[in-house]
Amino acid sequence: MKVQILGAGCAKCKNLEQKVRSLNEAHHLNLEIEKVTDLQEIIKYGILSTPGLVIDGTVKSSGSIPKDEQLLTWFKGTHA
Amino acid sequence: MKKVIEKYPLGAVVLLLPFWIILYIGLQPLADAFVSLTNLPPGEHITEALRFFVFEVPKVLMLLTLVVFGVGIVRSYFSPERTRKILGGKSLLAGNVLASLLGVVTPFCSCSAIPLFLGFVESGIPLGVTFSFLIAAPMINEVALVLLFGLFGWKTALLYMSTGLLIAMIAGYVIGRLTLEKYVEPWVYEVKAGHFEMVEEKILFSQRIIAGIDAVKEIVAKVWIYIVIGIAVGAGIHGYVPENFMASIMGKSAWWSVPLAVIIGVPMYSNAAGIIPIVQALLEKGASLGTVLAFMMSVIGLSLPETIILKKVLKIQLILIFVGVVAVGIVVVGYVFNLIY
Repeated sequence: MKVQILGAGCAKCKNLEQKVRSLNEAHHLNLEIEKVTDLQEIIKYGILSTPGLVIDGTVKSSGSIPKDEQLLTWFKGTHA
Repeated sequence: MKKVIEKYPLGAVVLLLPFWIILYIGLQPLADAFVSLTNLPPGEHITEALRFFVFEVPKVLMLLTLVVFGVGIVRSYFSPERTRKILGGKSLLAGNVLASLLGVVTPFCSCSAIPLFLGFVESGIPLGVTFSFLIAAPMINEVALVLLFGLFGWKTALLYMSTGLLIAMIAGYVIGRLTLEKYVEPWVYEVKAGHFEMVEEKILFSQRIIAGIDAVKEIVAKVWIYIVIGIAVGAGIHGYVPENFMASIMGKSAWWSVPLAVIIGVPMYSNAAGIIPIVQALLEKGASLGTVLAFMMSVIGLSLPETIILKKVLKIQLILIFVGVVAVGIVVVGYVFNLIY
């Protein structure tokens, strides 16, 4: 599963990236994590506030850091 | 405790609210009781300074918690995506009014200014309307509102909010009428932003309460220290520094004080809470409210980092016009306040 974190360097963007990475390790999710910092790339996803979370090309959230449980449901749910 | 609140958020709020009210009402007697325990001679500077401090700190923090919680719930109903949808197809004047109001309730961080700007402009929202939003969002700040309410009363808080809205509406309208689209970087209009419909999951009210609690955790944790410092400054200089220390340079009679305060304030950047100690100190020492408010608005409403970010999408002419129009608006507000008070 490919997970992209969209954000040009705000504090919340870094938090979300760390969170995803640590969840990935703790739960052996085997995610392919990519941080997207290029503005023009970010805009292509149509989000208006960062950080954005994209899973397999679908925008899941923007402007907030989802809760751990929510993230895990997405990571595990789509995977199964 | 935390688990219980997360499990029964509505119940927790219903139970905690009366407790909040009782504590709030009881703050003055509690502070007085605390001060009398110290055996300090009543009426002395140090005693009154302590009384002011032990009463104002919990009062302002409690107000802040309640307001940030409420704002957190309100903001859970608005997202930038939704605001864009509401603003789409609105004419200039109505759009400016609506955008300014939405700027207050939509969650916004200046680090998202670019995606938001692009997303608005790209979906056909007029430039002036977009600016109304971008001006109102940082300028009207719930932390500043609470502090003004707590320390100077509801009239000041209301005036701050209404004049902030007015500046955003008028400045956005002026920018819109000037047809400055030519000063937007050309690539902005070529961007083909993707459009996705975020699955609007049904949000339960209990989740909105949790959003409110999260907002409290995030904001109160960040700003409480500035508030304590601000009130300590207010309490500390009370009676020690001459009352009219600032009156000659920042008082009403000094007509040039308002533009000067704005000129100093624009390049400065601070969050709303960080500026409050300075505001408190200036007012305490005879600076007039209009001048101080103008200073505060220019510090939190116009910031160098944000304008630098905007440089990616706007040409320098438009940035200067934007800063100029808003600064003029703030100066006018400053004079109006000095006239009223």
